[in-house]
Amino acid sequence: MTEFAASERLPEPKRDILPLLLPVILALLVLPLIGSTSSWITLTVASLAMGMMIFIMASGLTLVFGLMDVLNFGHGAFISVGAYMATLVLLPLAATGQADSLWLNLAALVPAILLAMAASAALGLVVERVLILPVYGLHLKQILMTMGGLIVTEQALYALWGPQIIPLPLPTSLRGSFIFGDVAISKYRVAAALLGLVIFIAIQLILNRTKLGLLIRAGVENREMVEALGYRIRRLFLGVFMAGSALAGLGGIMWALYREQVHASMGSDLTVLVFIVVIIGGLGSIGGCFIGALLVAMVANYGGFLLPKLALVSNILLMVAILMWRPRGLYAVTSR
Amino acid sequence: MMLLSGDPPRSRVLSLLLILIIVVLAAVPLVFPGAKAMNVATKICIFAVLVASYDLLLGYTGSVSFAHTMFYGIGSYAVAIALYGMGPNWTAVLVGIVIGLPLAMLLALGIGLFSLRVEAIFFAMITLAVASAFLVLASQFSWLTGGEDGRSFQLPELLRPGTVLIPKDWFGLEINGRVFSYYLVFVASAAMVLALLRVVNSPFGRVLQAIRENRFRAEALGYRTVFHLTYANCLAALIAACAGVLNALWLRYAGPDTSLSFSIMVDILLMVVIGGMGTIYGAIIGATIFTLAQNYLQTLMGAASKAAADAGLPLLPGLLHPDRWLLWLGLLFIASVYFFPTGVVGRLRGAARSNVPA
Repeated sequence: MTEFAASERLPEPKRDILPLLLPVILALLVLPLIGSTSSWITLTVASLAMGMMIFIMASGLTLVFGLMDVLNFGHGAFISVGAYMATLVLLPLAATGQADSLWLNLAALVPAILLAMAASAALGLVVERVLILPVYGLHLKQILMTMGGLIVTEQALYALWGPQIIPLPLPTSLRGSFIFGDVAISKYRVAAALLGLVIFIAIQLILNRTKLGLLIRAGVENREMVEALGYRIRRLFLGVFMAGSALAGLGGIMWALYREQVHASMGSDLTVLVFIVVIIGGLGSIGGCFIGALLVAMVANYGGFLLPKLALVSNILLMVAILMWRPRGLYAVTSR
Repeated sequence: MMLLSGDPPRSRVLSLLLILIIVVLAAVPLVFPGAKAMNVATKICIFAVLVASYDLLLGYTGSVSFAHTMFYGIGSYAVAIALYGMGPNWTAVLVGIVIGLPLAMLLALGIGLFSLRVEAIFFAMITLAVASAFLVLASQFSWLTGGEDGRSFQLPELLRPGTVLIPKDWFGLEINGRVFSYYLVFVASAAMVLALLRVVNSPFGRVLQAIRENRFRAEALGYRTVFHLTYANCLAALIAACAGVLNALWLRYAGPDTSLSFSIMVDILLMVVIGGMGTIYGAIIGATIFTLAQNYLQTLMGAASKAAADAGLPLLPGLLHPDRWLLWLGLLFIASVYFFPTGVVGRLRGAARSNVPA
């Protein structure tokens, strides 16, 4: 055992950068396969945007699992609720949204986003209190309860809004593309990728630079010890759960604008993708979740371009490959 | 007792209920020869098997699988594609079974070896992912599966409704191919449920329960838990595929909506939880309650919705619309996981136990 003087810094944990390089390697590998640089850039930007949206949806799920060992199979419900809330604001304000001014568009978009996040956070509060609290520590019942929650939320959305697909047009200033030479990059994708990046950095800063983040990370590592130190981890967990739900709602509105339509089944459809990302990243790891989301989006986009038939199962193949390499995901955080 | 593998219902009310269900199911073609009653009865039989095989996983090993409909679908599609491609003869049925059942088992083996090593949650997520990929594949490879439309096919001569086996003037009741198919489904289902009862009461079943209660301790006792779990997964897949074969033969059709879709998975979950996990008998009760509710409650909800709309009430017509019946079942599902985690069977057994002083 090594002795450390008080002034001496603790040894830095070894950095594991191999997973970080994976998306870069993948992107460079497919470049010669795709052939044309312009389509490669378009596809890469598309994957970045899609990856960021999936990351936003998945980040809450992975943290909640890491912190409290709760796997929320109803996470998709927050995604749908966020998207439906967006229609509540964006459709009545259609005139503002379609006006040819960035500020007017934002005046419609910002309240929509805030409402979506607030509504899914509120739903998160209810779900945590009603569905998850009674079944702490019981995995089987958690899965069943949250599945039940997903069914009920989805059906309630159908009952309130009807079963049809609701079209949700993009605000004017986010339409169209930036053109560089022969490369066209859709504006919305750039915006989505930037927003996702901002959120990723914000989460990383909160987790690594604040006391709150310290507590969350400590809770992920060893819940009992944090409790023994006198912190109310239950309340911390509730906060994380609500924040995760709000992020899922944000992801939902972004995805709805990306597809320009809203449907109650989008939540359960995306759940599968989100799960794959969380598994690939390693349950509980934000960094792993980020890389996982990028990889899934890249495989989907490049795969769809190169081998459309294979694209359907590409996510599964990716997951199998990653788990063969690292059975607990890219970054295994918890010892569970 | 031999037939029930020494695991009787252990509750008088439950025994009576089961006997009632079985007698009614056996009598349906003779008493209610209408198409709807026969369809409902067949659905109860097939789902009892499907749910019982799911109970082997969920109730006895404690692992949540979302791929059960995939195996069910494999069974359905194998027979449907074989009959569609080779024409209506028994060889085709046999080919479908010979290809479908091992395929389902192999897939279950692969998933099991891959994901049962770690944790229940991992298995749940991976099965969900694999099942959804399979659903997409089935609808994309339309040259094989018929895509979204599915595959309709002709049955072998013996099973057709037009085939009269015993004419009406013998017993005053016509026994045709349809009735014969019904009894085929009924007997096969009963045999499979009894076989599952045998499995869960064997030493193997005991090990599964030990793993469910405490995997670590079971492993410490020297049981290879991965082997046992994977074996259970394969068995459940095999039975589910058999149920799929029966389903395809009855419907003369296999498609994504009737045999693969995620909503069937949800139905199975609801049935097993409402009936009672880890009892096998719960599957029969759950399938019966659920199927009856699905077929007859919806009519009731439609009437209620219409009445609410006529009365000019807000929201209620939408909430009571027959298509929204899953909303209410979902609430029932949550309530039953919360308040009656042992389901109907567990409740009845609990009541029986408290009446008899130990």
